[in-house]
Amino acid sequence: MSQTPPSILYCHCQYAQVVPKEVKDAVLRGLCESGVAFEAVADLCEMSARRDPALARLANAGPVKIAACFPRAVKWLFHQAGAPLSPDGAEVLNMRSLNAEEIGTALFCAELHANLPAGKVAPSDHPTAASTLA
Amino acid sequence: MSLSTPTLRIVLYEGEGAQPLAAADRYAAVSSLLEKGYAVTRSATDRPVAPADRSPMLVLGRFPGPPPEVTETDIPVRFHDITALAPAQLADLVETVRADTGAAQHGAWKPWFPVIDYDRCTNCMQCLSFCLFGVYGVDGDRHIQVQNNDNCKTNCPACSRVCPEAAIMFPKYKAGPINGDLVSDADLQKEKMKVDISALLGGDVYAMLRLRSEKAKSRFSKERDSDKALAERQKCLIKLAAAGDIPPEVLMSLPSPEEIARRSEEAQAKAAAARGAFGTPN
Repeated sequence: MSQTPPSILYCHCQYAQVVPKEVKDAVLRGLCESGVAFEAVADLCEMSARRDPALARLANAGPVKIAACFPRAVKWLFHQAGAPLSPDGAEVLNMRSLNAEEIGTALFCAELHANLPAGKVAPSDHPTAASTLA
Repeated sequence: MSLSTPTLRIVLYEGEGAQPLAAADRYAAVSSLLEKGYAVTRSATDRPVAPADRSPMLVLGRFPGPPPEVTETDIPVRFHDITALAPAQLADLVETVRADTGAAQHGAWKPWFPVIDYDRCTNCMQCLSFCLFGVYGVDGDRHIQVQNNDNCKTNCPACSRVCPEAAIMFPKYKAGPINGDLVSDADLQKEKMKVDISALLGGDVYAMLRLRSEKAKSRFSKERDSDKALAERQKCLIKLAAAGDIPPEVLMSLPSPEEIARRSEEAQAKAAAARGAFGTPN
């Protein structure tokens, strides 16, 4: 029996220049070319600030892979909007540190590698990008 | 600016009753809408998307015949055929619908505000004491929280630097750990991450500003040299800006030293009250 793959959420980080443009554009292009279903939002920060009900909608839609920025930031952006992500049901792919190919590989992988930080996580506690993608 | 207005959800529909878009057209359509601040759902059968809620929704598709019927009348949904629309026209169409539905306008405000990492936060209230703009408050259980996002000064990360646990993030900041990157022991040891940004001026920043104000007043009485007093204050603020990576325009738009002192006392009283409820020492 085939398992339903996690849903996909892409953040365009529209209102800042901190995510490399070539990375986010390539990730978005890859999503559009793949033919898969996905949610694309202009800016998770803006949604969090306005406590957009869409964040609860996205957080409650089951396992999700999120192409955005740092997992710690994404985790607390959702929390601050009153829409906490499930610790076991969210994998955040950081477009500030990974390249588009790494993001694409992880997004389209059916298996979800939950990676929201828990507790006072130090760099040594955190899986590297390579092991996250393995 | 109101952050509470509902937003318009856009669904790019390519299922039964609609013609699929070429990949390049899909990319052009989605990216043009994202650049205008909209959220777009591209639906397909391979995996789930978020279900509909009460938010206004606009379904876009290439419909060769009449658009699908709305069967659930409690969801404010509209359909539009986009067969002949270029990406720029698509954005215009969506903007018209947005205005028509009273949904929120995007892009009027750069979303710059603190995000608290509650795994790290110790509820010490340093941020509440420090912020002059009422961004922070406490909830019913006296826990610190961000209450007024839009009071925050764009590009100013000052409160994150007074946090002893590096628990305050600004996701759009250029560098870690303020941007949400992991916090290392070295980060906590860095001089710029230390508790008291006011040490940059050799003492309490507000006390320093008050002192300078008093000195300035004294000078006014003797010399009436307001230009010199203003230059003194600007010199002080420029030093703080450089050391704390605080945008000069933020510091230069601060209220008068007297008003700063008043707001500081208010903020510190709020923090003290919250700390008192927990029995936390000041």
